[in-house]
Amino acid sequence: MTETLFEMLSYPFMVRAFVVGILVALCSALLGVSLVLKRYSMIGDGLSHVGFGAMAVAAAMNAAPLAVAIPVVIAAAVLLLRISGSSRIKGDAAIALISTSSLAVGVMVISMTTGMNTDVYNYMFGSILAMSREDVVLSVTLAVVVLALYIFFYQKIFAITFDETFARATGVKAGLYNTMIAVLTAVTIVLGMRMMGALLISSLIIFPALTAMRACRTFRSVTIHAAFISVICLIAGLLMSYLGGTPAGASVVMANIAALALYSLTGVLRGRIKR
Amino acid sequence: MALIKCENVSVGYEGQTVVKDLDFQIDAGDYLCIVGENGSGKSTLVKSLLGLKSVEKGQILFGDGLRQNEIGYLPQQTDVQKDFPASVYEVVLSGRLNSRGIRPFYTAVDRKTAYEKMRMLGIEDLSRQCFRDLSGGQKQRVLLARALCATKTLLLLDEPVTGLDPIVTAEFYELIQKINQEAGIAVVMVSHDIESAVEYATHILHLQETALFFGTAGEYQKSRVGRTFLGGGSND
Repeated sequence: MTETLFEMLSYPFMVRAFVVGILVALCSALLGVSLVLKRYSMIGDGLSHVGFGAMAVAAAMNAAPLAVAIPVVIAAAVLLLRISGSSRIKGDAAIALISTSSLAVGVMVISMTTGMNTDVYNYMFGSILAMSREDVVLSVTLAVVVLALYIFFYQKIFAITFDETFARATGVKAGLYNTMIAVLTAVTIVLGMRMMGALLISSLIIFPALTAMRACRTFRSVTIHAAFISVICLIAGLLMSYLGGTPAGASVVMANIAALALYSLTGVLRGRIKR
Repeated sequence: MALIKCENVSVGYEGQTVVKDLDFQIDAGDYLCIVGENGSGKSTLVKSLLGLKSVEKGQILFGDGLRQNEIGYLPQQTDVQKDFPASVYEVVLSGRLNSRGIRPFYTAVDRKTAYEKMRMLGIEDLSRQCFRDLSGGQKQRVLLARALCATKTLLLLDEPVTGLDPIVTAEFYELIQKINQEAGIAVVMVSHDIESAVEYATHILHLQETALFFGTAGEYQKSRVGRTFLGGGSND
């Protein structure tokens, strides 16, 4: 076992995949707790599609993918929040509109330039080989920023997640914190999507929070559990991917499904015993 | 100086004025019920008092050392809260945020205050329970404890007894009266329940496009507006 582990970590691309993956999993789990509870789960999915469109355009223009995708996805995140707030178009419809539009733009651009090839496949479903040194640096920075902001503003995030009206009435600038969460989510998604795939990245946001909620009864324990579950599932998924030769993104999602099933089962059993 | 003084206030949403020309004030220790039909602008007025919405005309003045973010607000419960994983203690403690400012962590004083308010409302033994597992009446007590954490002088309750059964409703009214009389905290309650309003409140504000009535509960029972809405009953 340890031998396999050493062998695996002797490949620089695997080390990079682990570093970026663990950090992205950690950030997305923390942000996910708030997003899921605020009924914004689909924002993650919508943003990843926007990311797909942006990367396709970047590839066509021969630009650095992250430099194009990060600002575009941040803009989309802020826009989605505004639309959900103003309620002219309902939030879920707005997300569907934006995500399908970006997907269509991406596909059009790709078909006009390189044509449908392995790159497209990798954008959609992720590739463990996709992480560069630049990504490692970026994801370490991101993780430090997300963790610092999350801990510093933890009480405010709890307040606006539980009851935004009350929080605003007592002087918490809810709009500011919502925007902060959206921006951090956007960056996390862009960083994670090339490894996890545009279609699968939102699972990192939704699964750990839902899994933790099966078992935990306080906001703090949900947050901490979600972070741990997310990281452990990512490691398990990457191991599975390496040993079995399965796609990385899908393997991580499978690990998350298993965790959710396990927690749900434990939850049900516990409920039974109590009665 | 009154805690809150509304001068010639008009409020509305999406460009439509809902209530206009309101003049009333809330003094320390008052118990004011805001009554009126659906859509008469009760909730819009509440949002303006809290500063969540700007007034169209006139001004809302705060006095006696009350600041707008120090109103103890008990909002209507939202869907999000139905399955929210949070302990009672976490929820109550979040009422202390307005005294925190930018500082990120609670102090021993905040924690002590949270326990004090829980004891005051008889929910101390629930502190580790999960909010989603509580009954309707218990949830309202928790949110009331949170509101008390946020204020020293004024509670603002938005239809607090909606969905509670009659016994729990009566208990809740008694509790509010106790807080009002013993702790000297002024209460502003938006309510559908006119009978209980005149029973417990010291003052009534009846809204319908404008203030149909503002005065003491006793005057309201004798007034024409009051008699009409109370259904003639006891005051003929």
